[in-house]
Amino acid sequence: MQNVLEMSGICKSFPGVRALHNVSFSLRKGEVHALMGENGAGKSTLIKVITGVYEKDAGQILVDGKAIHFRSPQDAQNFGVGAVYQEIMLCPNLTVAENLFIGRGQHALVNWKQMKEKAAQLLRSLDIPARPTQQLSSCSLAVQQMIAIARAIDMNCRILILDEPTSSLDEEEVQKLFRLMRELKARGVGIIFVTHFLDQVYEISDRITVLRNGEFIGEYEAASLPQFELVSKMMGKALDDVSQIKKEKSASIQRGVPVYEAVGLSSTAGIKPFDFTIHKGEVNGFIGLLGSGRSEAARAIYAADKVIGGEVKVNGKKVKIREPMHAMKLGIGYLPEDRKSDGIIADLSVRENIILALQVLKGFFKPFSRKQAEVFAEEYIKSLSIKTASTSTPVKSLSGGNQQKVIIARWLLTHPEYLILDEPTRGIDVGTKVEIQKLVLKLAREGVSITFISSEIEEMLRTCSRLIVMKDREIAGELSGENMTERDIMHVIAGGGTKS
Amino acid sequence: MNKMKIRNYQAFLPLLVLAILILINLLKGADYFSISIINGALYGNIPNILFGASELVILAIGMTLVTSSSGGQDISVGVAATITSSVFVRVVLNAHEVTLMTVLGAFLVSCLVGIAIGAFNGTLVAIFNVQPMVATLILFTAGRSIAFLIDGRLSPILANRITNQIGSVIPGVPVQTPILLTVVFILLFSILLKITNLKLYAQCVGINQKAARLNGINPVSVKLLTYIILGVCSAVAGFIAVTKAGRHDSVNLLRFIEMDAILAVAIGGNALSGGKFSITGSVIGAYTIEVLNRTLLRLEVGTETIKAFKAVFIIILMIFASPVARGTAAKAAQWIRARFTGIVRLPASKKAEASEGSKADVSVEKEV
Amino acid sequence: MEPMKTMKRREAISNSNLLLLIAAVIFVLMYGIAILCYPRSFFQYQTFFDLFSLNAALIIITLGETIVMIGGGIDISIGAVTGLVTMCCAVYLESGNGSIEGSILLALGIGIAFGLMQGFLIAYLEIQPFIITLAGMFLANGLLTTIHKDPLNVTMPHFVRLRDTVIVIPWLGTMNRLGNFIPLEVKPGAIVVVVLIIVLSVFLHWSRFGRNLYAVGGNSQSALMLGINVKRTKFISFVLCGLLSGIAGFVFIMTTGAGNVGNASGFEMKAIAGSIIGGTMLTGGVGNLIGSPIGALTLLTINELIRAAGINSNFQAIASGLLLCLFIVLQSSVLWLRRTGGFKLKGT
Repeated sequence: MQNVLEMSGICKSFPGVRALHNVSFSLRKGEVHALMGENGAGKSTLIKVITGVYEKDAGQILVDGKAIHFRSPQDAQNFGVGAVYQEIMLCPNLTVAENLFIGRGQHALVNWKQMKEKAAQLLRSLDIPARPTQQLSSCSLAVQQMIAIARAIDMNCRILILDEPTSSLDEEEVQKLFRLMRELKARGVGIIFVTHFLDQVYEISDRITVLRNGEFIGEYEAASLPQFELVSKMMGKALDDVSQIKKEKSASIQRGVPVYEAVGLSSTAGIKPFDFTIHKGEVNGFIGLLGSGRSEAARAIYAADKVIGGEVKVNGKKVKIREPMHAMKLGIGYLPEDRKSDGIIADLSVRENIILALQVLKGFFKPFSRKQAEVFAEEYIKSLSIKTASTSTPVKSLSGGNQQKVIIARWLLTHPEYLILDEPTRGIDVGTKVEIQKLVLKLAREGVSITFISSEIEEMLRTCSRLIVMKDREIAGELSGENMTERDIMHVIAGGGTKS
Repeated sequence: MNKMKIRNYQAFLPLLVLAILILINLLKGADYFSISIINGALYGNIPNILFGASELVILAIGMTLVTSSSGGQDISVGVAATITSSVFVRVVLNAHEVTLMTVLGAFLVSCLVGIAIGAFNGTLVAIFNVQPMVATLILFTAGRSIAFLIDGRLSPILANRITNQIGSVIPGVPVQTPILLTVVFILLFSILLKITNLKLYAQCVGINQKAARLNGINPVSVKLLTYIILGVCSAVAGFIAVTKAGRHDSVNLLRFIEMDAILAVAIGGNALSGGKFSITGSVIGAYTIEVLNRTLLRLEVGTETIKAFKAVFIIILMIFASPVARGTAAKAAQWIRARFTGIVRLPASKKAEASEGSKADVSVEKEV
Repeated sequence: MEPMKTMKRREAISNSNLLLLIAAVIFVLMYGIAILCYPRSFFQYQTFFDLFSLNAALIIITLGETIVMIGGGIDISIGAVTGLVTMCCAVYLESGNGSIEGSILLALGIGIAFGLMQGFLIAYLEIQPFIITLAGMFLANGLLTTIHKDPLNVTMPHFVRLRDTVIVIPWLGTMNRLGNFIPLEVKPGAIVVVVLIIVLSVFLHWSRFGRNLYAVGGNSQSALMLGINVKRTKFISFVLCGLLSGIAGFVFIMTTGAGNVGNASGFEMKAIAGSIIGGTMLTGGVGNLIGSPIGALTLLTINELIRAAGINSNFQAIASGLLLCLFIVLQSSVLWLRRTGGFKLKGT
C-alpha cells in the first residue's frame, strides 16, 4: 500500500535532553497507525515535528514521496496535516464557529454567514451538542475536544493526528469518534493515533509503532502483537512484578480504627452530600466513570474545592476543614489529579518542591536551612529513586513519572496519617506505575490510610481493599472482599446497586 | 561547577553591562574611581552613584517581590512615594519643634500610609483579580493630585537641620546618609528573606497559584503581603527623596521612577511574568541604570538626548538577553564555524550511518 | 426552525459585548447627569462634538492601544511617539520648504517606523512588550527634546488655513444666550476619528487579521496550533498601533497648531485607562473598538463636569482615578459572577 507519510532518521534535542534519536515512522493511506510509548518516549515530540511546531535537527520527512519541511503548524495544515492535541488547543474567547474555521483558508475577509452555516452543518453531522455562535469557553471539555476533532476532520486532511483525543471523552463519545475514524479510513486518510488506553489501540489500529526513550523500537501489525508483548516492548522489561503485588495486598486487608469520618460532605464542585469513612492502614478507592464525582469527592475531603456542608471527624474528634491548610494540619495529604496545573511548581527545584508541604506546615517564620532541605531531598530522591541530575534541577525538566514521585515525596515527608492519591499513575510509564502501587501497599502496612483513585479498574482491584463506586456525583455503592470484581463494579455503575 | 554557572547566569548579564559601563568611564578619564573628602564626607563618582540610586534600589527590591508573586508590575510606586512623603512633610511641618522623634514619628506615619496604599493595590490584585498594571493605574492617575491636596500648596519646603542631614550628610559620618539608609534597608530586607519563607511563598504563588493553594499557601494573603511590602518600600523611597530634595514637589518628585524600577527588575534577569526572582539581580539592575545615566552625562551627551541613548541601550541589552536572539546567534556561529573549518561534512556522514543502523533494527524486530 | 430561534434568544452575550454594554450604559448615565446638572453647556450639541474635536488625538491613540491590548500586548510608547510626530511636523512645516502632504507622510512614516521596530522586537525576538515600548517611549521622548526644545508655533499659511478649518453642520446648531442661532462646528479631526472608528471596527470584525488578533490574544499557544501566524499577527498589531500614533500626531498638530515638548505626554496611560473602561482586558482577547472611544469619552466627560463645576483641577485626576476604580471593580465582579454562575474556564 502507498505510504502517505514516511519519516526516517528523525533527531530532535532540547537543551539537556535528547527527545528523539533516529526515529522512523511510516503511515499508509487509509490506515490507523497507533504510536505507542511510555511517557517521555518522544511521542508528542515526534508529532510536533510532523506538524511543524518543532524543527527537526536531522532526518527526512516524505509526504507522498516528496521531501518536505514544515516551518509552522500553518505550513503543515496547508499541506493536509491536521492534528488534535491532548490539551485542547482552541481559543476559549472565540465562538465555536470561529474555532472551527480560523487559521484556514486564504481569504482576507471573513464571511460570517457562510461560516455559521457551515459550522452548524458540521456540528449537526457529527452530532456535537454546541451552537456555532456560542462562546467556546461555555462548552464542556468533552464538547471542546469534539469540536477540535471536528475541525481536524473538516480540513479534508490526508494525514490526521489524534494525540490522546479520548482522555476527556466518555465511552459513548469514544465510540462516536471511532466510527468517524473508520469512515475517514475508508476515504483514504492516514490516521496517527496516540493513546494510553491499550484496549482502544487494539480496537481501532492496523499497525503499531513503539518508541522508547526517544528511540525507535519497532513497527508491528496490531493483529500479530499480543497486548502483553506490546507492554513489554514499551517498558523494555518484563512485567512479573504484578503478581507480587497481589500477594502483598492480601496482607493489608484488615481494619483498624477510623481515621477520617465524614457525614453529608458536599462542595461547590457539585458533589452531592456523601458519607465516607476510612480506617487506619486501609487502602480504599473511589471508582467511577470520568465526571462521576470521584475526583470531586477527594477534593471535598481535602477542601480543595469550597466545602459547603457536612460534619467531619478526624481520629474521632470533630473538626472543621475549610482550607487545604486545615486538612494538612490534621495529617491529610492530597496528590491532585492534574499534576501539571495543580501539583508541581514547575520552575522551582526538586528540593523546593519536595520540602514545600512540610515547610508550609512548619510555618512562614521558620524556614528550613539549606542544609536540612538538602538532607530531606536527598533522602527521598534515594528512597523513591527519583531520576534527577541534582536537588537543584528545576522539577519541570524531569519526566512525568519522576515529577509524580517528587509530589509523592512531598507528602511522604509530612508523614501523613491519611493520603489521598488522585490518579497517581496517570500518564506515567508502566514501570513507575508498578513502583507506585507497591509503595501504596507498603505505606498501608505502615499504618497510613490511603484513598486511591484511578481510571484503570485493574489497578484499583490490585491495590484497594474496598471500593466506593461513584455515579452521577454521588456514591452508588460500596464493594469489598469477594464482591470486588470487574463485573460487580460494572453492575453498580450500570445501576444495579450493591449486592452486599 | 556547571551548576554554579547556570545559577549565576542571571546576574551575569547586568554585571557584564556594569563592567562595560565602568570601562567606558575609565577610558573617558582615569580619575573615575577617585574619591575626595569634602566637609568630612566622601564624594566622587562611586558615592554619587550610590547616593543617586538609593530610591531606585529600594523600589526595585519591592517591585521584584510584587512581580514574582502577581506576575505584573505596580506602576504607582513613584506616585505612592509622593503621597507618603507628602504626609511625612505635613506631619513634620505641623510639629512645633523638629526633633529626631518627630521626624521618626512622621516617617512611621508615612510608612502606615504606604501600607494602606499597598493594601489598596493588593486588594484589587489579590481579591478582585485585576491585572496589577490596571489596578495600579488608578493611583497612578489620581495620586499626584492627592499628594498636592495633602500638601495644601505648591512645594512646601523642609527647612530644618535634621531632615537636611538625613538628605545629605550627618557631621562626623563620612558617608552620605541616603547611602547608609539604603544599606540598612538592603540588610533588613535580606534578614527578612532569611528568617521567613517569603521568597518560597511568593515564587510558588507566582509560578502556580493553584498548586500553592493545595499545599496550604494562601495566594491572596501572599500577594497582599508583597504589595504591602512594596508600599513600605515606597514610603522609605519617598522619605529619602524628599529629604534629599529639601522640598516636596508633588508634580515632579520621583517622576517616571516606576519605569526605571521595572526596568531594573528586567535588567536583573527577572521575568516580568512572575515566578522565580533574584533580588541581587534587581539591585544590580538598579545601579546599572544609575551608572548608565551618569555615564551619559559624563560623556557630555546633552540632557535632552540622554533618554534616547538610554532607550537604545535598553533595546540592545534586551536583544542580548532574549533567548530567541541568543539561539539565532548560536546557530549563526555554528554555521560560520562549520563553513570555515569544514566540519559540516561530519554530521552528514554520521547521519547516514545512523539511519542505516535504525533500518537494521527494524528488520530484526520484525523477525522476532 | 422554531427551536433554533428560541436557542438563539438564550445565547449568552460574549464577554467583549457585555463589558461594552456596561461602558455604554455608564457613559450615557454620566452624560445624563451632566445634562441635568449643567443643562446650559452639556445640552448643546457643540459641547458633545467638542469632546471629539478637541480630543481627537487621544481617541485615535486609544484605538491603537486597544488593538495592541486585544492581541495580548501593551504599548506605552504611543503618547511619546505622538508628541514626537507633532514636533517633527512643526519643525518640518516651519523649515520653509515644508508642505501639508509632506508633513502627513512624515507623520505616518515616523509612526510606522516606531511600530515596525517595536513590533519586530516584540513579535519576532519575543521580548516583553512593556520593556520594549518603555524604551520606545524614552527614545521618542529623547528625540523630541533633541529636535526642538521650545514650543514651536506653525505659521505656514497653508497649514494655518487647515488648522482653522471647521466643518459647519447647520441643522444641528444651538441657540445662544442672546437667542441667535449658532450652527454646529466640527473640526476635521473629529471626522478622522469617526472614520477611523468605523473603518477599524469593520476591519477587526470582518478581516482575517482581526479574528486572528482575537485568537492570539485569547490564547497564543492555541492560535499557533490552529495554524495562525502568531508572530506576524502580533507584529501587524504593533505596526497598526504605530501608524495610528502617527495619524494621532498629525491630528494633534492640526488641532493645536504648535509643536511642544509636552504634547500628548501621558496619553498612553489615559489611552490604557480608556480602553479598560471601554471593556478591553489587559490579558488579551477581549475588547472592542467601539467601547474604547466610549471609555475615553467617559473619562473626558467627567473632566468636563469637574471643570464646569469649577472645582480645583486636581479633582479631575482624582475623579478619573475613582471612575477607573469603579469600573475595574465592576468589571471584575461581573466577570467573577459569570464564571461562578455559568461556566468554568479551563486553566485561566
